[in-house]
Amino acid sequence: MSQTSSAPAGRPLRRLGLWWDHVVDRFGRLPMAVKLLVLVLVVALVYALPLLRPPVITTQEIDFGGVMFGCAAYALIALGLNIVIGYAGLLDLGYIGFYATGAYTVGVLTSFHWHWPFFFALPVAIAVTMLTGVLLGAPTLRVRGDYLAIVTLGFGEIIRICVKNIEWLGASSGIKDIAHPNSIGGGPKPPFEKGGLFSIPRLEWDGFVPSVDRDHTTAFLSFGAVDAVPYYWLLLTALILVLFADRLIKSSRVGRAWEATREDEDAAELMGVPTFRYKLLAFAMGAAIGGMSGAFYASGQSGYVSPDSFLLLYSMLFVAAVIVGGAGNRWGAILGGVLVYYLPERFREFADYRILVFGLALTTLAIWRPQGLLPPRRARRVLRAEEEIRELEGEGAVNV
Amino acid sequence: MDLGALFGSFDNFVSFTIGGLVFGAIYALIALGYTMVYGVLQLINFAHSEVFMYGTFAVAWTFIFVHGTSDASWSLGEALPTLLLALVMAMLVSAGVALLLERAAYRPLLKKGAPKLIALISAIGASFALAEAMGLRDRFAGWVGLEDDLANYVSPGKARDVYSNPVGIDPKGLFDIGGYTVTDVDLLIIVAALLMMVALDQFVRRTRFGRGIRATAQDPESAALMGVNSTRVVQLTFLIGGLMAGAAATLYMMKIGSTRQNAGFILGVKAFTAAVMGGIGNLRGALLGGLVLGVMENWGAAVFGSQWRDVVAFVLLVLILLVRPSGLLGESLGKARA
Repeated sequence: MSQTSSAPAGRPLRRLGLWWDHVVDRFGRLPMAVKLLVLVLVVALVYALPLLRPPVITTQEIDFGGVMFGCAAYALIALGLNIVIGYAGLLDLGYIGFYATGAYTVGVLTSFHWHWPFFFALPVAIAVTMLTGVLLGAPTLRVRGDYLAIVTLGFGEIIRICVKNIEWLGASSGIKDIAHPNSIGGGPKPPFEKGGLFSIPRLEWDGFVPSVDRDHTTAFLSFGAVDAVPYYWLLLTALILVLFADRLIKSSRVGRAWEATREDEDAAELMGVPTFRYKLLAFAMGAAIGGMSGAFYASGQSGYVSPDSFLLLYSMLFVAAVIVGGAGNRWGAILGGVLVYYLPERFREFADYRILVFGLALTTLAIWRPQGLLPPRRARRVLRAEEEIRELEGEGAVNV
Repeated sequence: MDLGALFGSFDNFVSFTIGGLVFGAIYALIALGYTMVYGVLQLINFAHSEVFMYGTFAVAWTFIFVHGTSDASWSLGEALPTLLLALVMAMLVSAGVALLLERAAYRPLLKKGAPKLIALISAIGASFALAEAMGLRDRFAGWVGLEDDLANYVSPGKARDVYSNPVGIDPKGLFDIGGYTVTDVDLLIIVAALLMMVALDQFVRRTRFGRGIRATAQDPESAALMGVNSTRVVQLTFLIGGLMAGAAATLYMMKIGSTRQNAGFILGVKAFTAAVMGGIGNLRGALLGGLVLGVMENWGAAVFGSQWRDVVAFVLLVLILLVRPSGLLGESLGKARA
């Protein structure tokens, strides 16, 4: 092993990584009650974030509430894709297809052909996407793992071309006026009535000095076209529910079956795990969560979907989110999803350069931390063991 | 659906088939880059499409350098010297980008023995960065104050837009097959691609370097123990992929004539599809996959309408993988005989 990590330039970065792992491990060893308390505080903070509008992290060029909504949507997608890539170990490069399926199902049901309320359309969208996942997975999950990547990539592109060319799905002009979620306590009536149960003012910052801004209030549970924050809260709630479900599944028989299949498919099959069925299940679950995120996106603030929202490029971003965050760890996936959406939005002042910088950052991050920002506990343990072995063997040890 | 458009007359059938073969030949050359890297490293070299894209720009710039930006078109004979120069430039540029990619995005990861998936992410990042760098070339030129001097090359203010048509080659009909006139450009593309494939195939099968590549593809550790320099082999693999992408870029520019910074993406996806279809890691498979894909999607476009071209390509891929799960020729680079 030529010690790239011990090169002078690599040292501070490596130390930063070790320090970070240490922090994460320390947190993991805290008593359950403390962990829960921290978690509740963090969740409360995350809910309040678009109203607190802290300086530095608030985006200046673009509505912060909208950015937070996008972050939550990407986090949900990453959580779903983490089941497919992180738990079951299947590389899906066409996840955008499921996102689009969910979005278009809601679009067709609530606006284009029928006029269902959003919360009736949501479960249908999830079911339809799940079915799509099964239909795609049943023939393709039998091919070798590496080939799955290109097949799913093709699927993502097929979905986009279909919605672009089929009149029944709005063709290239897309679907507009998609139903918003139903407001509680009266919907917004422009121009003055905000609706909702009550209104919450937000903070305004002058440098680092906060003041209460009563002119821009957010109406609780009122879903209109002006304010993105209620959508964010709704989506965040859905995200937390999915997070609980994810935790339950991961620690059940199903989760263990996924893990066994990922690590060694043949061995798992010999131990009596019906690997194909579990892979299909992972695919369907992932698809359902992607479709759910798409449904929320479609009925979001603008209530508009078009084929251009579902470019193949986004599939790559989703995969990047999961891997950069740390495949197999749900918190890592969430972190990755948020970062992938947030960073290009935050650095909008670099306008034209942001994708370039983002690309460079992705490569740098991959090389700096191949295991992801928040790898699963087991991966951290493996890495530490490897480090110890290397130290025992001494610097001259060969590691091809 | 209009089967008559394809099978109604023999003339149509021939013309769609030859059109497909021409594109298939270009796919096949790009597919080589994917298949070689996959064969040796089991990595999907996602940034290979940018290697190709840089080649197309090298061709465009060579033509601008020699002929200026006039919209005049040349016959193939007149353009041939420039074309040869462009071919050399494109192969150099593409090979350079491929080697840079290997050095910057892959080697640090390979040394760490990182999981395969993270290399894909690294490649995706590099792909974004390379494409964007090309789209921002007018800015970079502006930084060093050469924006005006290089205006023809960097198109200030609209570097992201479609390129003008610097390579205006007027195809000349050579002979007819059932009413379809085969042009010199079509013929040159197919023949050049085939020659290149044969040369590479022989290189991998017969030379010492080729043996090193095959050995590494078969079993990297044993190959290293037998004295094969694995870093060199990986470099060589990227180099060959880059050279072939440069050649493909020249042929592509002969046929299409214009390029832009995202021209590589969909072509890269198609070429990768072709590689998988033929059996990834298999050089002859890449050729067969490219030609089959090019012809079938052209037929599909004729029958279903051109907007369904890509759908036909991917559905075909799924069907082929269902029947032959490891591609048409399903043989890996390491198992190649001789």
